[in-house]
Amino acid sequence: MAVRSFDEVSVGETFGPTAVPVGRETLVAYANASGDQNPIHQDEDFAKTVGLPDIIAHGMWTMGAAGSVLEQWLGDGGRIVEFGTRFTSMVVVPREGTEIVVTGTVKSLDEDTRRATVELGVTAGDTKVLGRCQAVVALA
Amino acid sequence: MAVNAEFVGRTYPPSGPYAVDAAGIAAFALAVSSTDPVHTDAEAARAAGYRDVIAPPTFAVSLAQQVDRQFIADPEAGVDFSRVVHGEQKFVHHRPITAGDQVLGTLTVDSVRQAGGHTMVTTRAELATDGGEALTTSTSTIVIRGGE
Repeated sequence: MAVRSFDEVSVGETFGPTAVPVGRETLVAYANASGDQNPIHQDEDFAKTVGLPDIIAHGMWTMGAAGSVLEQWLGDGGRIVEFGTRFTSMVVVPREGTEIVVTGTVKSLDEDTRRATVELGVTAGDTKVLGRCQAVVALA
Repeated sequence: MAVNAEFVGRTYPPSGPYAVDAAGIAAFALAVSSTDPVHTDAEAARAAGYRDVIAPPTFAVSLAQQVDRQFIADPEAGVDFSRVVHGEQKFVHHRPITAGDQVLGTLTVDSVRQAGGHTMVTTRAELATDGGEALTTSTSTIVIRGGE
């Protein structure tokens, strides 16, 4: 993939919206890959017994999927040098699956380091699920 | 049970090493719907200047959560894991975690604070290679929900 160049990026530039589907098989794969086997992400009955509406996605899956959308825009995931978020709402994953929608906005540029600060907006249905989701990326 | 505030400022001895391999990186990348070939194709990774395939930007959590266990699983710490939700997460990458890395993690408890009947605990895992090369600083805030 071609790495996005500092010279082609401007403040206020946006990308997306990009939908990322998530099904229960996605969460099983994420649990196995990440080691987070909390049953609220895999077992509907268990999730309901602890007061959740249904199975919910790992917050870190949602952050990871948002990172994957950022990588597509950036052209090299290894150039994401900082990445942070707050987990503000859960993503409920019913039996038939759902999706999250990711958008990005370039908030600022640093000419000396050729880095950009990008804010990601991540929603499920009408609900914003990540808050202050920001990354610093090293542009080419 | 309350979280033990005496743990604030405590740094644990390094844990690990945790071995990072290409298969683990590829499985993580697939699970988060990444299509970036630097995670799955060693040729593409080398063409981008890396030694081998590199981890996606949130992969470090799988290592940091193992490091964090020293605190969370310590009965003296008083964390009721059944009431824990993830509040915030931040990564600062010093260089991408790469297949073949042997990773050591050093855990520090940065803060324990109360708000709205809940307890917020911020921990920081400094991930580095067994040779001492800095990889990632992973900072995590967990919320232990108050209640009965």
